[in-house]
Amino acid sequence: MAEGLRVELHQRGPIPLNVSLSVAPGETLALVGASGAGKSTILRTIAGLHRASQGRILCAHETWFDQEHGIDLPARSRRAGVVFQSYALFPHKTALGNVAEAMLELPRDQRHPRAAELLEQVQLDGLEKRFPHQLSGGQQQRVALARALARDPRVLLLDEPFSAVDQPTRRALQMLLSRIRRSTAIPILIVSHDVEDASRSADRLCYLKAGETVEQGTPRAMLDNPETQFARWLNGNS
Amino acid sequence: MDLAALQLSLLLGIWTVAILLPIALAVGRWLATARFRGKAVVEGALTLPLVLPPTVIGFYLLVGFGPESPVGRIWTDLAGRPLVFSFEGVLLASVLVNLPFAVQPAQRAFEAVGQDLRDAAAACGHSLWRTIWRIELPLAWPGLLTGAVLVFAHTLGEFGVVLMVGGSIPGETRTLALSIYDRVQAFDNASAARMAGLLMAISLAAVSTTFVLAGRSRRIG
Repeated sequence: MAEGLRVELHQRGPIPLNVSLSVAPGETLALVGASGAGKSTILRTIAGLHRASQGRILCAHETWFDQEHGIDLPARSRRAGVVFQSYALFPHKTALGNVAEAMLELPRDQRHPRAAELLEQVQLDGLEKRFPHQLSGGQQQRVALARALARDPRVLLLDEPFSAVDQPTRRALQMLLSRIRRSTAIPILIVSHDVEDASRSADRLCYLKAGETVEQGTPRAMLDNPETQFARWLNGNS
Repeated sequence: MDLAALQLSLLLGIWTVAILLPIALAVGRWLATARFRGKAVVEGALTLPLVLPPTVIGFYLLVGFGPESPVGRIWTDLAGRPLVFSFEGVLLASVLVNLPFAVQPAQRAFEAVGQDLRDAAAACGHSLWRTIWRIELPLAWPGLLTGAVLVFAHTLGEFGVVLMVGGSIPGETRTLALSIYDRVQAFDNASAARMAGLLMAISLAAVSTTFVLAGRSRRIG
């Protein structure tokens, strides 16, 4: 049984998938590919928001999905912290309220103090009472990150975290992720269409083409010695 | 002023809203989130009362609820009196006629919540019911309330279907709209004007409320 995250997914349609990957605790893997390569679908499948026709997902000694044995835990039981590309913050809740929504297992009186701690961890102390529309894009993203961490997740999933933020925010997020990786020691999976962004944040890169894992390796190896024609193309075109 | 008709209209409006609100919530959310073959047909059927002449709807309901119909027979066996030309018959007709006024705003409100927020709630560990209660309803309530207000106002003004299914029996099925018609027929224009003015004021207040709620909904979104 996997200690970190192990994913095997296969399906012909509607989005073809032929994926095999694993992420160790404390490791960051970036799924890199062009638009429509199936990156977000893989993330959603791991989180339990999409069901693949075949495969297995094992995380932290638990089977989340095993088509052969009829196991398919619902999203709410998977303990996956998800940062959506749109952030998907609840617009009627404050920053504090958004984070507290992911703490159902804590007693009610402990939720807000713990949510405030998490907001401090992502450097948003003082903004607890603001609503999402009163926050900048980068601040919203950090609220989403704090919310993803609030469930004490077994895996952290980030969908295109660098795509809609400016350069300083991107740099700050990369540093923040690096701190989270050191403090939580859980597998982190990032989806990105940009090789450069991905290689700055991840320990390993996994290149995807039409839902299929083509090549995996350290950023150095993938950038300096790509083995496949597709990897060379992606390095030059992302 | 026909106070009995006013009282009956208000009662009919309140009951119609009370019955339609949970139906609109369930059907509206279902249509907002489900994808299935024939969805357009279901949505079309629910919209029919908006486009059909009230006399056509009234005719079908009169036939469908009449003493010879299965529904009419069951009702007569249970209640001991026919469904047509009764308050209950008019109420049932009112619920059916008002379906689009209640369901469509609810559907739009639930669609506006967005799948991303539902997914985020699931990823936060929320069950379906908790997601509806904590996330969807607080965001969708202006739409639901808009539907309720529209239904209430439309019920007060409904004429053709009520006349076809209920006749115009004082104290039983004669609503304010029917009473206005009767007063005009009797050349009592002063009384008709007072009741028409009241209906217009209530309708204006109701429609204005929906615009206020729509504005509030846009600000939240």
